[in-house]
Amino acid sequence: MANGNGLIHPLWVRVTHWVNALAVIVLAMSGWRIYDASPFLGYAIPGHLTLGSWLGGAIQWHFAAMWLLMANGMVYLASNIVSQRLFHKFFPLSLRSLFADVVAAFRGKLSHADLSHYNAVQRTAYLFVMLDSVLLVLSGLVLWKSVQFPLLRELLGGYETARRVHFFAMAGLVAFAGIHLIMVALVPRTLLAMLRGR
Amino acid sequence: MMIKKPAQLLVTNGEALINDALKDLGRHIEQPTRRAFLQRSLSLGGLSLLSGCAVVDEESVENALMKVSRFNDKVQAWLFDPNRLAPTYPESMITRPFPFNAYYDEDEIREVDEEAYRLEVSGMVADKRAWTLTELRAMPQMAQVTRHICVEGWSAIGKWGGVSFASFLRRVGADTSAKYVGFKCADDYYTSIDMPTALHPQTLLTLTYDDQPLPPRYGFPMKLRMPTKLGYKNPKHIQAIFVTNTYPGGYWEDQGYNWFGGS
Repeated sequence: MANGNGLIHPLWVRVTHWVNALAVIVLAMSGWRIYDASPFLGYAIPGHLTLGSWLGGAIQWHFAAMWLLMANGMVYLASNIVSQRLFHKFFPLSLRSLFADVVAAFRGKLSHADLSHYNAVQRTAYLFVMLDSVLLVLSGLVLWKSVQFPLLRELLGGYETARRVHFFAMAGLVAFAGIHLIMVALVPRTLLAMLRGR
Repeated sequence: MMIKKPAQLLVTNGEALINDALKDLGRHIEQPTRRAFLQRSLSLGGLSLLSGCAVVDEESVENALMKVSRFNDKVQAWLFDPNRLAPTYPESMITRPFPFNAYYDEDEIREVDEEAYRLEVSGMVADKRAWTLTELRAMPQMAQVTRHICVEGWSAIGKWGGVSFASFLRRVGADTSAKYVGFKCADDYYTSIDMPTALHPQTLLTLTYDDQPLPPRYGFPMKLRMPTKLGYKNPKHIQAIFVTNTYPGGYWEDQGYNWFGGS
Protein backbone atom coordinates (compact mmCIF):
# COMPACT_ATOMS: atom_id res chain seq x y z
CA MET A 1 0.00 0.00 0.00
CA ALA A 2 1.06 3.55 -0.64
CA ASN A 3 0.86 4.66 2.98
CA GLY A 4 2.05 2.83 6.03
CA ASN A 5 -1.46 2.97 7.52
CA GLY A 6 -2.97 1.10 4.59
CA LEU A 7 -4.79 4.14 3.22
CA ILE A 8 -5.31 3.96 -0.56
CA HIS A 9 -6.91 7.37 -1.00
CA PRO A 10 -6.18 10.15 1.51
CA LEU A 11 -9.18 12.16 2.70
CA TRP A 12 -8.48 15.13 0.39
CA VAL A 13 -8.55 12.83 -2.65
CA ARG A 14 -11.91 11.38 -1.62
CA VAL A 15 -13.49 14.74 -0.81
CA THR A 16 -12.27 16.41 -4.02
CA HIS A 17 -13.30 13.33 -6.03
CA TRP A 18 -16.93 13.45 -4.89
CA VAL A 19 -17.22 17.23 -5.05
CA ASN A 20 -15.82 17.02 -8.57
CA ALA A 21 -18.30 14.29 -9.48
CA LEU A 22 -21.19 16.49 -8.34
CA ALA A 23 -19.85 19.54 -10.20
CA VAL A 24 -19.29 17.55 -13.40
CA ILE A 25 -22.81 16.07 -13.34
CA VAL A 26 -24.39 19.51 -12.89
CA LEU A 27 -22.12 21.12 -15.49
CA ALA A 28 -22.63 18.39 -18.09
CA MET A 29 -26.43 18.24 -17.74
CA SER A 30 -26.91 22.02 -17.67
CA GLY A 31 -24.36 22.35 -20.49
CA TRP A 32 -26.44 19.99 -22.65
CA ARG A 33 -29.44 22.28 -22.14
CA ILE A 34 -27.35 25.30 -23.15
CA TYR A 35 -26.11 23.40 -26.22
CA ASP A 36 -29.73 22.61 -27.14
CA ALA A 37 -30.49 26.34 -27.45
CA SER A 38 -28.35 26.36 -30.58
CA PRO A 39 -27.26 22.80 -31.42
CA PHE A 40 -24.40 23.22 -33.89
CA LEU A 41 -24.10 19.50 -34.55
CA GLY A 42 -27.62 19.43 -35.98
CA TYR A 43 -29.19 17.37 -33.23
CA ALA A 44 -30.36 18.24 -29.74
CA ILE A 45 -29.75 16.32 -26.53
CA PRO A 46 -33.03 14.89 -25.16
CA GLY A 47 -34.55 17.38 -22.74
CA HIS A 48 -35.11 14.86 -19.94
CA LEU A 49 -31.34 14.37 -19.68
CA THR A 50 -30.77 18.07 -19.14
CA LEU A 51 -30.83 20.30 -16.09
CA GLY A 52 -32.44 23.70 -15.64
CA SER A 53 -35.68 23.29 -17.67
CA TRP A 54 -34.99 26.36 -19.85
CA LEU A 55 -31.91 28.19 -21.11
CA GLY A 56 -31.87 30.78 -18.30
CA GLY A 57 -32.16 28.10 -15.62
CA ALA A 58 -29.49 25.93 -17.24
CA ILE A 59 -27.11 28.89 -17.41
CA GLN A 60 -27.68 29.62 -13.72
CA TRP A 61 -26.83 26.03 -12.83
CA HIS A 62 -23.83 26.01 -15.15
CA PHE A 63 -22.41 29.29 -13.85
CA ALA A 64 -22.85 28.20 -10.23
CA ALA A 65 -21.27 24.76 -10.65
CA MET A 66 -18.33 26.25 -12.55
CA TRP A 67 -17.14 27.88 -9.31
CA LEU A 68 -17.39 24.54 -7.54
CA LEU A 69 -15.40 22.82 -10.29
CA MET A 70 -12.76 25.55 -10.41
CA ALA A 71 -12.25 25.85 -6.64
CA ASN A 72 -12.29 22.09 -6.12
CA GLY A 73 -10.00 21.53 -9.10
CA MET A 74 -7.48 23.99 -7.74
CA VAL A 75 -7.49 22.34 -4.30
CA TYR A 76 -7.03 18.96 -6.00
CA LEU A 77 -4.19 20.03 -8.28
CA ALA A 78 -2.40 21.99 -5.54
CA SER A 79 -2.65 19.09 -3.08
CA ASN A 80 -1.54 16.68 -5.78
CA ILE A 81 1.56 18.72 -6.54
CA VAL A 82 2.47 19.69 -2.96
CA SER A 83 2.08 16.10 -1.72
CA GLN A 84 4.02 14.86 -4.79
CA ARG A 85 1.22 12.35 -5.30
CA LEU A 86 0.89 13.52 -8.91
CA PHE A 87 4.45 12.41 -9.69
CA HIS A 88 4.37 9.14 -7.74
CA LYS A 89 0.97 7.90 -8.85
CA PHE A 90 0.83 8.92 -12.48
CA PHE A 91 4.47 8.73 -13.53
CA PRO A 92 6.57 7.25 -15.01
CA LEU A 93 4.39 6.73 -18.05
CA SER A 94 5.53 5.54 -21.45
CA LEU A 95 3.78 4.60 -24.69
CA ARG A 96 5.43 1.19 -24.38
CA SER A 97 3.97 0.52 -20.92
CA LEU A 98 0.59 1.87 -22.05
CA PHE A 99 0.57 -0.48 -25.04
CA ALA A 100 1.62 -3.44 -22.90
CA ASP A 101 -1.12 -2.73 -20.33
CA VAL A 102 -3.81 -2.24 -23.00
CA VAL A 103 -2.90 -5.64 -24.46
CA ALA A 104 -2.91 -7.18 -20.97
CA ALA A 105 -6.31 -5.61 -20.23
CA PHE A 106 -7.89 -7.10 -23.35
CA ARG A 107 -6.48 -10.51 -22.40
CA GLY A 108 -7.99 -10.12 -18.94
CA LYS A 109 -4.57 -10.24 -17.37
CA LEU A 110 -4.32 -6.73 -15.94
CA SER A 111 -4.07 -7.12 -12.18
CA HIS A 112 -6.14 -5.07 -9.71
CA ALA A 113 -4.69 -6.70 -6.62
CA ASP A 114 -3.11 -3.47 -5.38
CA LEU A 115 -5.60 -0.58 -5.67
CA SER A 116 -2.95 1.94 -4.62
CA HIS A 117 -0.99 1.25 -7.79
CA TYR A 118 -2.24 2.64 -11.08
CA ASN A 119 -1.39 0.74 -14.25
CA ALA A 120 -0.40 2.62 -17.41
CA VAL A 121 -3.97 2.67 -18.76
CA GLN A 122 -5.26 4.21 -15.54
CA ARG A 123 -2.40 6.70 -15.42
CA THR A 124 -3.16 7.78 -18.98
CA ALA A 125 -6.90 8.00 -18.33
CA TYR A 126 -6.53 10.06 -15.14
CA LEU A 127 -3.94 12.39 -16.64
CA PHE A 128 -6.20 12.79 -19.68
CA VAL A 129 -9.16 13.76 -17.55
CA MET A 130 -7.08 16.27 -15.58
CA LEU A 131 -5.84 17.96 -18.76
CA ASP A 132 -9.29 17.72 -20.36
CA SER A 133 -10.83 19.44 -17.33
CA VAL A 134 -8.28 22.24 -17.57
CA LEU A 135 -9.17 22.61 -21.27
CA LEU A 136 -12.88 22.70 -20.35
CA VAL A 137 -12.27 25.51 -17.86
CA LEU A 138 -10.09 27.51 -20.27
CA SER A 139 -12.47 27.14 -23.24
CA GLY A 140 -15.36 27.92 -20.89
CA LEU A 141 -13.61 31.14 -19.87
CA VAL A 142 -13.35 32.10 -23.56
CA LEU A 143 -17.08 31.48 -24.08
CA TRP A 144 -17.99 33.44 -20.95
CA LYS A 145 -15.51 36.32 -21.38
CA SER A 146 -14.19 36.26 -24.92
CA VAL A 147 -13.42 40.00 -24.88
CA GLN A 148 -11.72 40.02 -21.48
CA PHE A 149 -9.36 37.09 -22.20
CA PRO A 150 -7.96 37.93 -25.66
CA LEU A 151 -4.84 35.75 -25.44
CA LEU A 152 -6.83 32.71 -24.37
CA ARG A 153 -9.41 33.43 -27.08
CA GLU A 154 -6.78 33.55 -29.82
CA LEU A 155 -4.99 30.44 -28.49
CA LEU A 156 -8.27 28.53 -28.74
CA GLY A 157 -8.91 29.76 -32.28
CA GLY A 158 -11.54 32.42 -31.54
CA TYR A 159 -15.01 32.32 -30.01
CA GLU A 160 -16.65 29.88 -32.44
CA THR A 161 -13.76 27.39 -32.32
CA ALA A 162 -13.69 27.62 -28.52
CA ARG A 163 -17.38 26.59 -28.56
CA ARG A 164 -16.47 23.37 -30.39
CA VAL A 165 -13.42 22.79 -28.17
CA HIS A 166 -15.64 23.16 -25.09
CA PHE A 167 -18.20 20.71 -26.48
CA PHE A 168 -15.74 18.03 -27.54
CA ALA A 169 -13.76 18.37 -24.31
CA MET A 170 -17.10 17.70 -22.56
CA ALA A 171 -17.60 14.65 -24.79
CA GLY A 172 -14.13 13.41 -23.77
CA LEU A 173 -14.94 13.90 -20.09
CA VAL A 174 -18.29 12.11 -20.41
CA ALA A 175 -16.62 9.24 -22.29
CA PHE A 176 -14.06 8.98 -19.49
CA ALA A 177 -16.84 8.97 -16.87
CA GLY A 178 -18.67 6.20 -18.75
CA ILE A 179 -15.60 3.96 -18.89
CA HIS A 180 -14.73 4.88 -15.30
CA LEU A 181 -18.18 3.74 -14.10
CA ILE A 182 -17.93 0.47 -16.03
CA MET A 183 -14.56 -0.20 -14.44
CA VAL A 184 -15.94 0.55 -10.96
CA ALA A 185 -18.80 -1.88 -11.66
CA LEU A 186 -16.24 -4.53 -12.66
CA VAL A 187 -14.08 -3.92 -9.57
CA PRO A 188 -16.50 -2.71 -6.86
CA ARG A 189 -13.75 -2.59 -4.22
CA THR A 190 -12.57 0.61 -5.89
CA LEU A 191 -15.84 2.30 -4.92
CA LEU A 192 -15.37 1.31 -1.28
CA ALA A 193 -11.81 2.61 -1.40
CA MET A 194 -12.99 5.96 -2.74
CA LEU A 195 -15.60 6.14 0.08
CA ARG A 196 -13.70 5.01 3.16
CA GLY A 197 -10.13 5.37 1.94
CA ARG A 198 -9.05 1.73 2.07
CA MET B 1 -31.97 34.75 -30.40
CA MET B 2 -34.64 32.83 -32.29
CA ILE B 3 -36.71 33.05 -29.17
CA LYS B 4 -40.41 32.70 -29.79
CA LYS B 5 -43.32 33.97 -27.80
CA PRO B 6 -46.35 31.70 -27.60
CA ALA B 7 -49.54 33.36 -28.81
CA GLN B 8 -51.33 35.03 -25.92
CA LEU B 9 -54.66 33.29 -26.55
CA LEU B 10 -53.10 29.92 -25.93
CA VAL B 11 -52.30 30.91 -22.37
CA THR B 12 -55.97 31.05 -21.52
CA ASN B 13 -56.61 27.62 -23.03
CA GLY B 14 -54.57 25.71 -20.55
CA GLU B 15 -51.18 24.21 -20.13
CA ALA B 16 -51.75 21.27 -22.47
CA LEU B 17 -52.34 23.61 -25.37
CA ILE B 18 -49.25 25.61 -24.50
CA ASN B 19 -47.15 22.49 -24.39
CA ASP B 20 -48.49 21.34 -27.76
CA ALA B 21 -47.79 24.75 -29.24
CA LEU B 22 -44.29 24.75 -27.84
CA LYS B 23 -43.57 21.35 -29.32
CA ASP B 24 -44.82 22.53 -32.70
CA LEU B 25 -42.63 25.58 -32.61
CA GLY B 26 -39.54 23.42 -32.63
CA ARG B 27 -36.32 23.10 -30.77
CA HIS B 28 -35.33 26.74 -30.46
CA ILE B 29 -38.11 27.50 -28.04
CA GLU B 30 -37.46 29.30 -24.81
CA GLN B 31 -39.90 30.03 -22.02
CA PRO B 32 -40.59 33.70 -22.52
CA THR B 33 -43.19 34.69 -19.98
CA ARG B 34 -42.67 35.16 -16.31
CA ARG B 35 -45.72 32.97 -15.71
CA ALA B 36 -44.36 30.04 -17.67
CA PHE B 37 -41.02 30.55 -16.01
CA LEU B 38 -42.52 30.35 -12.55
CA GLN B 39 -44.57 27.29 -13.45
CA ARG B 40 -41.58 25.34 -14.64
CA SER B 41 -39.13 27.31 -12.51
CA LEU B 42 -35.49 26.38 -12.63
CA SER B 43 -36.44 22.83 -11.71
CA LEU B 44 -33.99 20.12 -10.96
CA GLY B 45 -35.19 18.68 -14.25
CA GLY B 46 -33.29 15.52 -15.07
CA LEU B 47 -31.97 15.18 -11.55
CA SER B 48 -35.49 14.89 -10.12
CA LEU B 49 -36.27 12.31 -12.77
CA LEU B 50 -33.20 10.31 -11.90
CA SER B 51 -33.91 10.28 -8.20
CA GLY B 52 -37.65 9.84 -8.72
CA CYS B 53 -38.55 12.63 -6.33
CA ALA B 54 -38.06 16.30 -5.77
CA VAL B 55 -35.31 16.15 -3.18
CA VAL B 56 -34.74 19.87 -2.76
CA ASP B 57 -37.16 22.70 -2.18
CA GLU B 58 -37.20 24.38 -5.59
CA GLU B 59 -37.72 27.88 -4.30
CA SER B 60 -34.63 27.77 -2.11
CA VAL B 61 -32.61 26.36 -5.00
CA GLU B 62 -33.84 29.19 -7.22
CA ASN B 63 -32.93 31.78 -4.61
CA ALA B 64 -29.48 30.30 -4.15
CA LEU B 65 -28.86 30.26 -7.91
CA MET B 66 -30.06 33.88 -8.17
CA LYS B 67 -27.56 34.83 -5.46
CA VAL B 68 -24.76 33.17 -7.42
CA SER B 69 -25.92 35.07 -10.51
CA ARG B 70 -25.67 38.37 -8.56
CA PHE B 71 -22.21 37.30 -7.40
CA ASN B 72 -21.32 36.61 -11.05
CA ASP B 73 -22.43 40.17 -11.90
CA LYS B 74 -19.85 41.46 -9.42
CA VAL B 75 -17.10 39.20 -10.75
CA GLN B 76 -17.83 40.36 -14.29
CA ALA B 77 -17.80 44.03 -13.27
CA TRP B 78 -14.42 43.37 -11.66
CA LEU B 79 -13.09 41.52 -14.75
CA PHE B 80 -14.39 44.21 -17.12
CA ASP B 81 -11.51 46.28 -18.46
CA PRO B 82 -12.94 49.62 -19.72
CA ASN B 83 -10.08 49.96 -22.19
CA ARG B 84 -10.10 46.40 -23.56
CA LEU B 85 -11.58 46.36 -27.05
CA ALA B 86 -13.63 43.58 -28.58
CA PRO B 87 -12.04 42.20 -31.77
CA THR B 88 -13.04 43.87 -35.04
CA TYR B 89 -13.25 42.10 -38.39
CA PRO B 90 -12.92 42.91 -42.09
CA GLU B 91 -16.20 43.59 -43.88
CA SER B 92 -15.70 40.41 -45.91
CA MET B 93 -16.40 38.44 -42.72
CA ILE B 94 -19.86 39.96 -42.13
CA THR B 95 -22.49 37.23 -41.67
CA ARG B 96 -25.08 37.48 -44.49
CA PRO B 97 -27.93 37.50 -43.87
CA PHE B 98 -27.42 38.65 -40.31
CA PRO B 99 -29.90 36.70 -38.13
CA PHE B 100 -33.02 38.39 -36.80
CA ASN B 101 -33.62 37.85 -33.13
CA ALA B 102 -36.08 39.13 -30.56
CA TYR B 103 -38.52 37.74 -28.04
CA TYR B 104 -41.17 37.71 -30.79
CA ASP B 105 -41.46 36.53 -34.38
CA GLU B 106 -40.40 38.49 -37.42
CA ASP B 107 -44.03 39.20 -38.35
CA GLU B 108 -44.42 41.11 -35.08
CA ILE B 109 -41.60 43.59 -35.74
CA ARG B 110 -42.64 47.08 -34.61
CA GLU B 111 -42.64 49.91 -37.14
CA VAL B 112 -41.55 53.18 -35.60
CA ASP B 113 -42.52 56.42 -37.38
CA GLU B 114 -39.42 58.43 -38.21
CA GLU B 115 -41.09 61.85 -38.11
CA ALA B 116 -42.86 61.30 -34.80
CA TYR B 117 -39.87 59.62 -33.15
CA ARG B 118 -38.40 61.34 -30.10
CA LEU B 119 -35.73 59.82 -27.90
CA GLU B 120 -36.51 60.63 -24.29
CA VAL B 121 -33.64 61.15 -21.86
CA SER B 122 -34.31 61.18 -18.14
CA GLY B 123 -32.94 60.44 -14.68
CA MET B 124 -29.55 61.70 -13.55
CA VAL B 125 -28.85 63.91 -16.58
CA ALA B 126 -28.53 67.71 -16.87
CA ASP B 127 -30.31 68.03 -20.23
CA LYS B 128 -33.62 66.11 -20.40
CA ARG B 129 -34.57 67.47 -23.83
CA ALA B 130 -35.94 64.82 -26.23
CA TRP B 131 -33.92 64.06 -29.37
CA THR B 132 -35.08 63.77 -32.96
CA LEU B 133 -33.46 61.31 -35.35
CA THR B 134 -32.06 64.23 -37.37
CA GLU B 135 -30.29 65.56 -34.30
CA LEU B 136 -28.79 62.16 -33.54
CA ARG B 137 -27.59 61.85 -37.14
CA ALA B 138 -25.94 65.26 -36.88
CA MET B 139 -23.62 64.08 -34.12
CA PRO B 140 -20.18 62.64 -35.06
CA GLN B 141 -20.65 59.13 -36.45
CA MET B 142 -18.46 56.05 -36.22
CA ALA B 143 -18.79 52.45 -37.43
CA GLN B 144 -17.39 49.09 -36.47
CA VAL B 145 -17.53 45.45 -37.59
CA THR B 146 -17.86 43.26 -34.51
CA ARG B 147 -19.11 39.88 -33.37
CA HIS B 148 -22.58 39.64 -31.84
CA ILE B 149 -22.69 36.74 -29.38
CA CYS B 150 -26.09 35.36 -28.41
CA VAL B 151 -26.80 33.86 -25.01
CA GLU B 152 -27.83 30.73 -26.94
CA GLY B 153 -24.23 30.27 -28.00
CA TRP B 154 -24.28 31.21 -31.69
CA SER B 155 -22.54 34.30 -32.96
CA ALA B 156 -22.64 36.46 -36.08
CA ILE B 157 -20.52 39.33 -37.39
CA GLY B 158 -22.17 42.61 -38.39
CA LYS B 159 -21.39 46.23 -39.15
CA TRP B 160 -23.03 48.86 -37.00
CA GLY B 161 -22.67 52.63 -37.21
CA GLY B 162 -23.80 55.56 -35.10
CA VAL B 163 -22.90 57.80 -32.21
CA SER B 164 -20.43 56.95 -29.45
CA PHE B 165 -22.65 56.38 -26.43
CA ALA B 166 -20.01 57.92 -24.14
CA SER B 167 -20.12 61.13 -26.22
CA PHE B 168 -23.91 61.11 -26.09
CA LEU B 169 -23.97 60.66 -22.31
CA ARG B 170 -21.50 63.51 -21.87
CA ARG B 171 -23.49 65.68 -24.27
CA VAL B 172 -26.66 65.28 -22.18
CA GLY B 173 -24.66 65.88 -19.01
CA ALA B 174 -25.22 62.41 -17.55
CA ASP B 175 -23.92 61.77 -14.05
CA THR B 176 -21.33 59.14 -15.03
CA SER B 177 -20.85 58.19 -11.38
CA ALA B 178 -24.36 56.66 -11.47
CA LYS B 179 -24.58 52.87 -11.44
CA TYR B 180 -27.00 52.11 -14.26
CA VAL B 181 -28.25 53.22 -17.65
CA GLY B 182 -31.71 51.87 -18.45
CA PHE B 183 -33.54 51.53 -21.78
CA LYS B 184 -37.21 51.36 -22.70
CA CYS B 185 -38.08 50.22 -26.19
CA ALA B 186 -40.94 50.54 -28.68
CA ASP B 187 -41.33 46.75 -28.71
CA ASP B 188 -41.92 46.75 -24.91
CA TYR B 189 -38.46 45.34 -24.37
CA TYR B 190 -36.43 46.87 -21.58
CA THR B 191 -32.96 46.32 -20.18
CA SER B 192 -30.18 48.10 -18.32
CA ILE B 193 -26.40 48.18 -18.26
CA ASP B 194 -23.57 49.21 -15.94
CA MET B 195 -22.00 52.65 -16.37
CA PRO B 196 -18.46 51.39 -17.23
CA THR B 197 -19.90 49.45 -20.21
CA ALA B 198 -22.02 52.48 -21.19
CA LEU B 199 -18.81 54.51 -21.40
CA HIS B 200 -16.81 51.81 -23.25
CA PRO B 201 -15.31 53.17 -26.51
CA GLN B 202 -17.12 50.55 -28.62
CA THR B 203 -20.57 51.12 -27.11
CA LEU B 204 -22.59 52.68 -29.90
CA LEU B 205 -25.97 54.42 -30.18
CA THR B 206 -26.56 52.62 -33.44
CA LEU B 207 -28.34 54.30 -36.36
CA THR B 208 -27.10 52.23 -39.29
CA TYR B 209 -26.56 48.58 -40.16
CA ASP B 210 -24.16 47.76 -42.99
CA ASP B 211 -24.02 51.49 -43.94
CA GLN B 212 -27.81 51.69 -44.40
CA PRO B 213 -30.33 53.21 -41.98
CA LEU B 214 -31.08 50.57 -39.37
CA PRO B 215 -33.89 48.43 -40.84
CA PRO B 216 -36.90 47.65 -38.59
CA ARG B 217 -35.73 44.05 -38.11
CA TYR B 218 -32.48 45.27 -36.57
CA GLY B 219 -34.13 47.90 -34.39
CA PHE B 220 -35.15 51.04 -36.33
CA PRO B 221 -34.72 53.84 -35.53
CA MET B 222 -32.00 53.22 -33.00
CA LYS B 223 -30.45 50.42 -30.96
CA LEU B 224 -27.60 50.17 -28.50
CA ARG B 225 -24.79 47.99 -29.76
CA MET B 226 -22.17 46.67 -27.32
CA PRO B 227 -19.65 44.09 -28.57
CA THR B 228 -18.74 43.59 -24.90
CA LYS B 229 -22.17 42.20 -24.02
CA LEU B 230 -24.42 39.33 -25.08
CA GLY B 231 -27.23 39.96 -27.57
CA TYR B 232 -30.07 40.33 -25.07
CA LYS B 233 -28.25 43.27 -23.48
CA ASN B 234 -28.39 45.16 -26.81
CA PRO B 235 -31.87 46.77 -26.90
CA LYS B 236 -33.55 47.69 -30.21
CA HIS B 237 -36.15 50.38 -31.04
CA ILE B 238 -34.99 52.46 -28.06
CA GLN B 239 -37.47 55.17 -27.04
CA ALA B 240 -36.17 56.20 -23.65
CA ILE B 241 -32.80 56.27 -21.93
CA PHE B 242 -32.48 56.94 -18.21
CA VAL B 243 -29.55 57.19 -15.83
CA THR B 244 -30.18 55.88 -12.33
CA ASN B 245 -28.81 54.33 -9.18
CA THR B 246 -31.90 52.15 -8.79
CA TYR B 247 -31.51 48.70 -10.35
CA PRO B 248 -33.81 48.69 -13.40
CA GLY B 249 -33.56 44.97 -14.32
CA GLY B 250 -34.57 43.82 -17.78
CA TYR B 251 -37.04 41.73 -19.78
CA TRP B 252 -34.92 38.57 -19.78
CA GLU B 253 -32.89 39.47 -16.71
CA ASP B 254 -36.05 39.51 -14.56
CA GLN B 255 -36.72 35.94 -15.72
CA GLY B 256 -33.28 34.65 -14.82
CA TYR B 257 -30.74 35.66 -17.44
CA ASN B 258 -27.60 37.03 -15.86
CA TRP B 259 -27.84 40.82 -15.52
CA PHE B 260 -24.26 41.79 -16.41
CA GLY B 261 -24.28 39.49 -19.45
CA GLY B 262 -20.82 40.58 -20.53
CA SER B 263 -18.32 39.03 -22.93
